[in-house]
Amino acid sequence: MNPAKVLQKEEIAPGIFLMNLETPRVAAKAQAGQFFVLRVDDKGERIPLTIADFNRKEGQIVTVFQVVGRTTAKLADLKVGDELATLVGPLGKPTEISQFGFTVLIGGGVGVAALYPILREFKKAGNFTYTIQGARSKEFLIWEEKLLAYSDKLILTTDDGSKGRKGVVTDPLKEVLEKEKVDLVFAVGPSMMMKFVSEITREYGVKTVVSLNPIMVDATGMCGACRVEVGGKTYFGCVDGPDFDGHQVNWELLLARQRMYCDEEEIARKNNA
Amino acid sequence: MPKIKAQEQLPKERIHNFNEVSFGYTLEEGQKEAERCLQCKRAPCRQGCPVGIDIPAFIALIKETKFLEAAWKIKETNSLPAICGRVCPQEIQCEKFCTLRHKDEPVAIGRLERLVADLEIEKGFKIPEVRKKLKTPVAVVGSGPAGLTVAGDLARRGYPVVIFEALHQAGGVLVYGIPEFRLPKKIVQAEVSYLESLGVSIELNTVIGQTLSLDDLFKEGFKSIFLGLGAGAPVFMKIEGENLNGIYSANEFLTRVNLMRAYLFPEYDTPVKRGKRVAVIGGGNVALDAARTALRLGAEKVYLVYRRTEAEMPARQEEYEHAKEEGVEMLFLTLPVKFEGKDGWVEKMVCIKMELGEPDETGRRRPVPVPGSEFSLDVDQVIIAIGTRANPLLISRVPGLRLNERGYIKVNERGRTSKKGVFAGGDIVTGSATVISAMGMGKVAAQAIHDYLS
Ligand SMILES: Cc1cc2nc3c(=O)[nH]c(=O)nc-3n(C[C@H](O)[C@H](O)[C@H](O)COP(=O)(O)OP(=O)(O)OC[C@H]3O[C@@H](n4cnc5c(N)ncnc54)[C@H](O)[C@@H]3O)c2cc1C
Ligand code: FES
Repeated sequence: MNPAKVLQKEEIAPGIFLMNLETPRVAAKAQAGQFFVLRVDDKGERIPLTIADFNRKEGQIVTVFQVVGRTTAKLADLKVGDELATLVGPLGKPTEISQFGFTVLIGGGVGVAALYPILREFKKAGNFTYTIQGARSKEFLIWEEKLLAYSDKLILTTDDGSKGRKGVVTDPLKEVLEKEKVDLVFAVGPSMMMKFVSEITREYGVKTVVSLNPIMVDATGMCGACRVEVGGKTYFGCVDGPDFDGHQVNWELLLARQRMYCDEEEIARKNNA
Repeated sequence: MPKIKAQEQLPKERIHNFNEVSFGYTLEEGQKEAERCLQCKRAPCRQGCPVGIDIPAFIALIKETKFLEAAWKIKETNSLPAICGRVCPQEIQCEKFCTLRHKDEPVAIGRLERLVADLEIEKGFKIPEVRKKLKTPVAVVGSGPAGLTVAGDLARRGYPVVIFEALHQAGGVLVYGIPEFRLPKKIVQAEVSYLESLGVSIELNTVIGQTLSLDDLFKEGFKSIFLGLGAGAPVFMKIEGENLNGIYSANEFLTRVNLMRAYLFPEYDTPVKRGKRVAVIGGGNVALDAARTALRLGAEKVYLVYRRTEAEMPARQEEYEHAKEEGVEMLFLTLPVKFEGKDGWVEKMVCIKMELGEPDETGRRRPVPVPGSEFSLDVDQVIIAIGTRANPLLISRVPGLRLNERGYIKVNERGRTSKKGVFAGGDIVTGSATVISAMGMGKVAAQAIHDYLS
């Protein structure tokens, strides 16, 4: 059997939860950059969440999520000891890890949790890790100490300036691109942020890898809900990704497809109220 | 005397619900139909059945009103009769060879199979006793008809069998593809539970190739592995505008509706777009299922767009008739060439007219475009059902597993792959075919696995 038990739940920032899940087989295979799919209950939707950390020995994975829709709200309502209806993974290709040299790693919002295992592997592989973490305001900055542990330099930005630099992640990004010979940029967070990051790094000709989050259903390559266009070709985000070359991604398409079910989300919200 | 008709929901009613279209035979109707069978000594019908059901024998039992005995007779060779009775293309299989077809209509073998299988589900299964308990566990990857058949046959011989399934429900296409109104999910669940009562265990939510590798399975102690992965990856048309919002693969559309129950949204959480003007592209069972599902979700107009003609449609005859009755509009000899949209959503489908030219490698006349015949349709939803291919997820990661030119697993006539101890069958070998052909290959492979392990 593939158990999926909630071992720990904690609200680490307003509306942002950390969950520790017992799922030995998934933990045994998890690698940085991969995700899993869950269904909270038998009427639930299948949604992908990134594996933010894993402990192979204990058979556990960690996920960090923000409550945005019905599924994440239900998930946040689970109690320690509850079982998920479905937990399947690890899915997607692991992030390519090698010794690139000077790397800039950018995490926005809850994307920071997804960035963490990648940062750790980048550091272990001998890269210089220049990390930029962005959030709306200081209470939404998460996992700062965990990032610090593997970052040669950590820059914080908040939209309102309540902590770190006032502004967005692209400001310090531009500066480091001006000053240093950057070998690789890795970005994970809201699509809009990854788009802006990619636009800037393109000007500097610096290779940029982004972790995309299209809508998914099965996440095994069976449906094509997760179609993304990269370099003019269609790929399935779930099996060909989630990592892609940020300079080649058709961002307008990704953003439009992510809004596909806006009306239905509204109906679901009203239905719940 | 023609076939006894089975009662059906009226088209104008059934397009508003997902209940099964056909009510099937009553016991009286079934017995009457069974009376039509000539009980031919040579039983030509049997050559049309890939799993070798003793058709005259079970029909004779129905004639004698031994309905449950008839079900048990079928169960000797087919573990999934309630499913097969509903979805097999009998007109090109058993019923095609029925002696009566020369006079009037063949015996309704499929409906009779369904009748007694449903009765057994209602009354409770007879679980055959498994005498031996063997110590050589077999892993089956995929819980579609191929995998279920292998599992059932081996469990009955005493093998411990574990099915690994990627999705959260067992059944493969039977649960994610074929709609409720043709194959109620509780029927699939009942037949799956029958296999479980034979001792088969099913591990859901396990993607072989991701969660576990084939080598992991051997390391866990499985002595042989059967791959029944299906031909799960959707094919797209590769034309302009295909990724616009509102354009689905049939797999996605049907999975949302069937497996995820989006037709019950918002009671169930998964949404699906409910188009008003829907175009479904393709001419097979999948396309018809998608078209009829779109109608039931409230579409005002559903077009079935097929590049060949009615005569070449690979769909089951009965379902084609049903779709026509329900008001699906067929656009034959028509090929979409691009999609146009506004604000990211599809609005128009540009098509070109086709005509039939020289026969192609399948013997069907190849459709060729008629120059200058472009026209466009206003649509707000498009469902692409032009076929599937092998999903590379697992098979591209198994060193030494030989594939054919089309990317499917290469096997010998007994289902043996190039990798020791690994067998395969169903759509992952043939490309998308039928439930019963997948089951037929499963039967052959089960025997081969038994021989391999003995
Ligand atoms: C909409 C639709 C309608 C159809 N209608 C008919 C009909 O009326 N009559 C008919 O005879 N045929 C019909 N068919 C065709 C028929 O369903 C298939 O030929 C048949 O299901 C093939 O069986 P299979 O066991 O090979 O594979 P599938 O039924 O495709 O099952 C494969 C299973 O394997 C699982 N799997 C795949 N890869 C992995 C992995 N790596 N790890 C774990 N699990 C995995 C999949 O999730 C799936 O559950 C229809 C098909 C569709 C899509
Ligand atoms: S989510 Fe279905 S193919 Fe990617």
